[in-house]
Amino acid sequence: MKSHVWRPLVVVLAVIALVLVAREVLVPADFGIGARGYMYGWHRAGNEQQWKDVKVKYKTAAFCKDCHPDKYDEMKESPHRNINCENCHGPALNHPDDPKSLTIDRSRELCARCHTRLPYPNSGRGVMKGIDPKTHNVGLDCVTCHWPHDPRKEGHKR
Amino acid sequence: MISRRSFCKKSLLIAGGLAIPLSCLELFDPKRLLAEKDEKGARWVFLVDTRKCVGCGFCVKGCKVENEVPYDANVTRTWVERYVVTKDGKTHIDSPKGARDGFPNKGIDIGHGKLEEIKDEDIEKAFFVPKLCNQCDNPPCVQVCPVGATYQTADGVVLVDRKWCIGCGYCIMGCPYGVRFFHPVFHVAEKCNFCYHRITKGMQTACVDSCAFGARRVGNLRDPEDPVTKVIMTERVNVLKEEYGTKPQVFYLGLSKEVK
Ligand code: SF4
Ligand code: SF4
Repeated sequence: MKSHVWRPLVVVLAVIALVLVAREVLVPADFGIGARGYMYGWHRAGNEQQWKDVKVKYKTAAFCKDCHPDKYDEMKESPHRNINCENCHGPALNHPDDPKSLTIDRSRELCARCHTRLPYPNSGRGVMKGIDPKTHNVGLDCVTCHWPHDPRKEGHKR
Repeated sequence: MISRRSFCKKSLLIAGGLAIPLSCLELFDPKRLLAEKDEKGARWVFLVDTRKCVGCGFCVKGCKVENEVPYDANVTRTWVERYVVTKDGKTHIDSPKGARDGFPNKGIDIGHGKLEEIKDEDIEKAFFVPKLCNQCDNPPCVQVCPVGATYQTADGVVLVDRKWCIGCGYCIMGCPYGVRFFHPVFHVAEKCNFCYHRITKGMQTACVDSCAFGARRVGNLRDPEDPVTKVIMTERVNVLKEEYGTKPQVFYLGLSKEVK
């Protein structure tokens, strides 16, 4: 052990050992090679579950149906049938436990997303019923005249 | 008598000698690799029908809320592009705020709050193209991640481990589709993950549920009975930037040559 060859080797080995010990402590036990092999799957396995555990916010119209069958049925008969309740009423979140968590959007801008007429001949947008928001009853909410659940019916009375 | 100096040296040697084989085995354990392989599960894919999209942007809004991407920050996991091709052969493209509020305007957003007006009679064709992470089969974003924070699950979805990401930004540079960005709150790389918390519960993604026009669909490519799989297998679908070799898994119906 007195030789000048051994001395640096000991230092190198000590550094390697230090790195490996640190790695043992710092790297979580579930860090490893996943299903897709070393190149694509190298990760902390527990993170997959963490992503699965993220809370669902939009619960779809099927969820609303149980308590509001009348509204649901009215919608299903209307030209707006494919629009989910939550597109206008906001994500169900903790509703019905916390009714205030619903954020109903009755704005003109919401309707304008689809019903601003754009002259696009070969797009679905071009054939939608549209208006020019700059001239069509400026300043009024669409729901004043059009009932959103079934736009063929009359809207809210002021 | 053993000298203090030689005692220290020898114990370091032994400690190092013990640590090396233990940790090295941990790195390449073929049994573990096999155990975690699941060939039976799903392979999630996406189908976008550009002919059906009307550019309402409800998908972008739904995605932002569902996935807690700050609503007013100019970043989104998915966005919708508008293409207006005029008779003089020019293509005008915009996506104001990722189309979070749709396209309630005829003018093309050319930045700095300015709109370029295009005359109705000059329009040759115009359409909308929703975009999102392609959950590539050969994801370069995963290859370049130096710490294993971006990875691909057995069902094909590329996820980002927020605890593990060091924010180096390599994946943002590596993705040829520009779908990645820094999350303004978590300060780590962010991307679409096909609403992993929803599809793994048997639900649809938030953007699919928000779309009233059926322009977006999510499916399982390993299930031959899946309606999305049937379309992909039998119809003329296209992918973006095929030449990059990333094998994107978002398939498009009715893609036009102007879309890159
Ligand atoms: S589209 Fe970009 S972020 Fe998504 S998997 Fe492919 S390379 Fe990665
Ligand atoms: S919700 Fe559907 S129609 Fe509306 S912009 Fe998104 S993909 Fe297009």
